[in-house]
Amino acid sequence: MQKELWKGNEAIAEAAVRAGCRAYFGYPITPQNEIPEYMSVRMPEAGGVFVQAESEIAAINMVYGAAAAGVRAMTSSSSPGISLKQEGISYLIGAELPAVIVNMMRGGPGLGTIQAGQADYFQATRSPGHGDGRMIVLAPSGIQEAADLVAEAFDLADTYRNPVMILADGMIGQMMEPIVWHKRAPKALPPKDWAALGREGAGNTHFVTSLRLQSSANEVFNQQLMGKYQLITAEEVRWETHECDDAEVIIVAYGTTARICQSAARKLKQEGIKVGIFRPISLWPYPYEALRELAKQASVKSVLTVEMSLGQMIEDVRLAVCGLKPTPFYGRTGGMIPETEQVSEKVRQLLQEVKS
Amino acid sequence: MSQIVYKRSPGLQDVETHYCPGCHHGIVHKLIAEVLTELDLLDTTVGVCPVGCSVLAGNYINCDFIEAAHGRAPAVATGVKRTHPELPVFTYQGDGDLASIGAAEIVHAAMRGERFTTIFINNAIYGMTGGQMAPTTLEGQKSTTSQSGRDRNVHGLPVRMAEMLSTLDGMAYAERVCVADIPSLNKAKRAIKKAFTLQMKGIGFTFIEVLSTCPTNWGMSPVEAGKWVKSTMSQYYPLGIVKDTEVTA
Repeated sequence: MQKELWKGNEAIAEAAVRAGCRAYFGYPITPQNEIPEYMSVRMPEAGGVFVQAESEIAAINMVYGAAAAGVRAMTSSSSPGISLKQEGISYLIGAELPAVIVNMMRGGPGLGTIQAGQADYFQATRSPGHGDGRMIVLAPSGIQEAADLVAEAFDLADTYRNPVMILADGMIGQMMEPIVWHKRAPKALPPKDWAALGREGAGNTHFVTSLRLQSSANEVFNQQLMGKYQLITAEEVRWETHECDDAEVIIVAYGTTARICQSAARKLKQEGIKVGIFRPISLWPYPYEALRELAKQASVKSVLTVEMSLGQMIEDVRLAVCGLKPTPFYGRTGGMIPETEQVSEKVRQLLQEVKS
Repeated sequence: MSQIVYKRSPGLQDVETHYCPGCHHGIVHKLIAEVLTELDLLDTTVGVCPVGCSVLAGNYINCDFIEAAHGRAPAVATGVKRTHPELPVFTYQGDGDLASIGAAEIVHAAMRGERFTTIFINNAIYGMTGGQMAPTTLEGQKSTTSQSGRDRNVHGLPVRMAEMLSTLDGMAYAERVCVADIPSLNKAKRAIKKAFTLQMKGIGFTFIEVLSTCPTNWGMSPVEAGKWVKSTMSQYYPLGIVKDTEVTA
C-alpha cells in the first residue's frame, strides 16, 4: 500500500473521519490546532458537523449532545483545555455515552509551556472527572499508530459505551511521518437503541441521564460500571516489547519518550548493555501482569521508568513490579525532551549501582 | 350524561409531580406538552433538561430527553440539533442554570443562531439548592445568600436575559410571558407554540422567558406568589415580545 506523509494532528483528524466520526467540536489551543483546522474543512466534506465552540467546556458538552443522539463524536484539546473538559467527561461516563477525546499534552501545571509533555497521566488514568469513573486511555508513539488507535478508539467507545482518550504528546501532534491508511474490517457493535432521537411510541421515551437520585440506584449503577471496567481490564490491555529477552535493564516508557528510549537501547547494545523496552499502549487499563512477568525474568536487574513528567506512570510501574526489582526513574518536564544520551547515561549509572 | 371537559395532555407522562405546591414548573411543562401534541412533534422532539428543580423534566414530558450538566444545555442541544437538523430540539433551563453558570453557553448559542428553542424559567432564585440569590433576584429581594435583600452595590442589578440575548443577530424570536393567571397562561402557550413553529422553519434561535413562582423559597403562599409575579416581577421584567425578526424583516 502507498505511504503518505502526514502530520500527526491532521492524521488523527483524518483517521477520525475515516472511522465514521461525523461530529467534531473544538476550541483552539496549542499544540493541537491542526485538528480543529482540518476538521473545519473535512467534516462538512464528509457530511458531518464542525462547530468551533465558545470554550472547551461547551465543546465537550456538544460532544455529549451528539453522542446522546447516536453520532460518533470527537473533541480534542491540550492539557489546560482537558482540565476544562473533565466535567463533561464525567457526565459522558455517568450517562454511558461513547466519545473520543484527544489530549495533545503539553507541559503544566497552569499554563505551563506549549511544548510536548506527559504530565497529564494521573489526570487521564486516575481521575478523568469527578466520581467513580474510568476512561480508556490509548497512547500512540508515532503517527501510524495514532491513526490506527483513533479508529480503534471509536470502536472501543461504542463497544463499552464509555469515553476513550487518545493521550499523545505535542511531539506526536506536530511531527510528520509516512503512514499507510489501513482498511479496517467493520466490527460488530451493539445497537445504539438508547439514543435520544425521538421516542418509540407514546410512553416509550429515551432519557439519557447521569442522575440517579436514589443513592441505592446510584450504587447499583456504579457496581455495573465496575463490572464493565473489569471486562475492559480483562480484554483491552495493550502493550509492546522490544528486545526484552535477556535484557539487564527494562525501560518502561510510552509515547514519544518510548522512541527516545529505543534509540538509547540501540546505542547501549553497541556497548554490550542489553536494554529492553516495555511500552504500554493502553495506559488504562494498564498492562500490570505483562510488566510483572517481565520483571520476574532472571536477567532483569532493574526496571527504569522514563517520562516527560517528574514521575506519574512510575506509580503504575511500581504497582506492577511490586518490589521484585529496583524501579528507578528518569524524567524531564514539558518541552525538555529527554535526550538519548541522558537516558543512556542513566542506564549505565544504575547498572553500576546494581553491580557495586 | 357526563362529558370530559379536561384531561391530561398525551404530551405528559402519567406520573406524580415532585414540584412544590404553587410552583409553575408543572404548568409550563403542561403547556410544552400541549404544544408538542398540537404540532404533532412528540415522536421526534428531543428536550434537554438542566440542573435544578427541573432536572427531572424528562420524567414528565412525553418525548425524548437528555440531561445536561449545569448550564450546558445549550451546548448539548447544539450537538443534537447540528447532527439532526430535522428534529425539534429544546432546552428547559432555570435562571441559575441559564443566566449564571451557563451564561456563556446561552450567549453563544444565540449568537450562532442555533435553530433550537429555549424555555427559560425565571423565578428569581435558586430553587433546588434552597433559595440562594440568582442573577435574576430582584433588588431588595431576600434570599439565603442575600439575607438583607439584594444590594445593587454588592451584587449588581438583575439581568434581563431576553433583552440581552435579543441584541444578538442570531436571536430570531424572544418573548417574555408568565403563567400567573389564565389570560397570561394562554399567551404563554401561544408564545411557546410560535417558538416551536419558527424553529421548524429554521429561521434561528427562539427564546421564551417565563416569569415563574417559587413559593417555597420566596416564603409566600402559592396565591401570594402568583400575585407577586404580576405585581412586582413583571415591573422589572416587562412581559411581551422582545424580538420578532419575522415582523421587523
